[in-house]
Amino acid sequence: MGFIKQPKDFWAGLLFIGLGIFAIWVGSNYTLGSAARMGPGYFPRILGILLLVLGTLITARGLRGHGDRVPAWKWRPTLVVLGSVVLFGFIVAKIGLAISTVILILVASAASHEFRPKEAIVAGVLLAALSVGVFVVGLHLQLPIWPEFSR
Amino acid sequence: MELLNHLMLGFGVALLPINLMYGLIGVLLGTLIGVLPGIGPVATIAMLLPTTYALQPVSALIMLAGIYYGAQYGGSTTAILLNMPGESSSVVTCLDGHQMALKGQAGAALATAALGSFFAGTVATMLIAGVAVPLSELALKFGPAEYFSLMVLGLIGAVVLASGSLLKAIAMIIAGLLMGIVGTDVNSGTQRFAFGIPELSDGIGVVGVAMGLFGFAEIITNLESTMKRELATSKVSGLWLTKAQFKAAWPAVLRGTGIGSVLGILPGGGAMLSSFASYTVEKKLASDASGFGKGAIQGVAGPESANNAGAQTSFIPLLTLGIPENAVMAMMVGAMTIHNIQPGPQVMTSNPGLFWGLIASMWVGNLMLVVLNLPMISIWIKLLTVPYRMLYPAILLFCAIGVYTVNNTNMDIMLTAFFGFMGVLFMKLGCEPAPLLLGFVLGPMMEENLRRAMLLSRGDPTTFLTRPISAAMLAAAVLLVVIIALPNIRKTREVAFQEET
Repeated sequence: MGFIKQPKDFWAGLLFIGLGIFAIWVGSNYTLGSAARMGPGYFPRILGILLLVLGTLITARGLRGHGDRVPAWKWRPTLVVLGSVVLFGFIVAKIGLAISTVILILVASAASHEFRPKEAIVAGVLLAALSVGVFVVGLHLQLPIWPEFSR
Repeated sequence: MELLNHLMLGFGVALLPINLMYGLIGVLLGTLIGVLPGIGPVATIAMLLPTTYALQPVSALIMLAGIYYGAQYGGSTTAILLNMPGESSSVVTCLDGHQMALKGQAGAALATAALGSFFAGTVATMLIAGVAVPLSELALKFGPAEYFSLMVLGLIGAVVLASGSLLKAIAMIIAGLLMGIVGTDVNSGTQRFAFGIPELSDGIGVVGVAMGLFGFAEIITNLESTMKRELATSKVSGLWLTKAQFKAAWPAVLRGTGIGSVLGILPGGGAMLSSFASYTVEKKLASDASGFGKGAIQGVAGPESANNAGAQTSFIPLLTLGIPENAVMAMMVGAMTIHNIQPGPQVMTSNPGLFWGLIASMWVGNLMLVVLNLPMISIWIKLLTVPYRMLYPAILLFCAIGVYTVNNTNMDIMLTAFFGFMGVLFMKLGCEPAPLLLGFVLGPMMEENLRRAMLLSRGDPTTFLTRPISAAMLAAAVLLVVIIALPNIRKTREVAFQEET
């Protein structure tokens, strides 16, 4: 797209515009009140308008001059890293910290371009012992160690 | 005399065995993450916050503070031995520190960094103790209008001195303010931006935001690039300085301490800015600048003293005014709030043990660092040989456990993952995450003060301009923006930040 001279600014500006519109739109459900007695909608409205203005300025700046491209997004690290912790959140209460830790380490390690499965399993087991020792035994955090059926 | 009494009280608290222990844990962890590239103090503090619920607030704060200044010590080790900044504040230490290591003077460089940091830490601790009382007394006279303007000045100052585009940084602040007010509105009880999700009615947790933006996003960006690390030397011998080296280093230490102490207090200041400023000054003042970049000991002594002084004096605005000036201080606000302490000038009078104990603990912590770190350097070097592919899954694990145990719900992890995604997006679009975090923690306070000020003035917004202190602060904020927007200064600023990267 030839008219975008500074892609980073252009897209960042659009992001802020979107956020501003979102804030104004959702915030319109809250009582605005008056300047002297501000309702819950007053401050979000100010912020939304400011974001809209700033976003427009930033986007406009993106149409002039020249700037770096937005770096390509390699999806594997993002998906695997975020996926592994979300998965951990889903399973830890059900199957306990020990096994969840091994799974988290195994999945997370796969995000690296130098993934070594055996090494990851060993690291997972060691870290499982460590995290159970530190967090459950040591700091008394409320986390099950083993799956429900064994309790 | 009063100062002496305060310090006595502080040391009485800081030297309690339990606080000594948490201080030690803090500085050791700080050194550890300082040594390890790819994880910084913000993410570490976020990770550890949940484990401090059960502690006394003072013990928790002592530990978390130790992480910040401990990281300054650790960062220099990696910079000198690996030519890679363990922390952003030790970027300039790479330049000459690593050259010294290549010449076989690694021991001298490490000793300079440690001793310079200790000296700076001592001076900074005394400075905090000295200015705390007058500043707090001044702040106690502030009404809501003054507080609102102070926050505006603090936020603007924080982005002016930070790198990157000013417009984008201000937009990030506003986005942060907006995220900060998610949840139940204290005045009306209205649920704002909660979308019927019960976990959101208490607001978004600072732990999740910080860990997502600074922890996860950092790991993901690191994984996208292929990093390589090489140790300059695995053997460090002679951890001491020759007479000539000592003579060359100490004036730089003094100057670095002075620069760091001043820049640390300014909004947006802290460890990183201080170290850059100090390096520039040393280079300008040197009788023979050609030695810089080739292993000049002043290039290590100055910045390393400055970053430690700056790290510590950046506590001054937080402790006396309740205003965080950088992302680490924003985390300290989060920590205080979790322990039901409203940061601000009243902390000193309502919680003197905590206030002076925290200050005294900084000196104690610095002493621990200098005593422990020099002999422990070989252990830190071993840690550096752990490859990143094994390190980051462990960091993720501790993050996941930390976030999960805040409320024992999966919702927090999902939120953190969301902020991790946003963090990567922001980095790709060239938006700094630190202003967002600052806005996030200040959001509720800013709204509250705006409301009160406008209520008192019966809806007249000129109250911010007719009250002299408030007007002065707003004028200063506008002036800062104008100065930065002037073409000449903008160019030099861009050049200055180019040199950083």
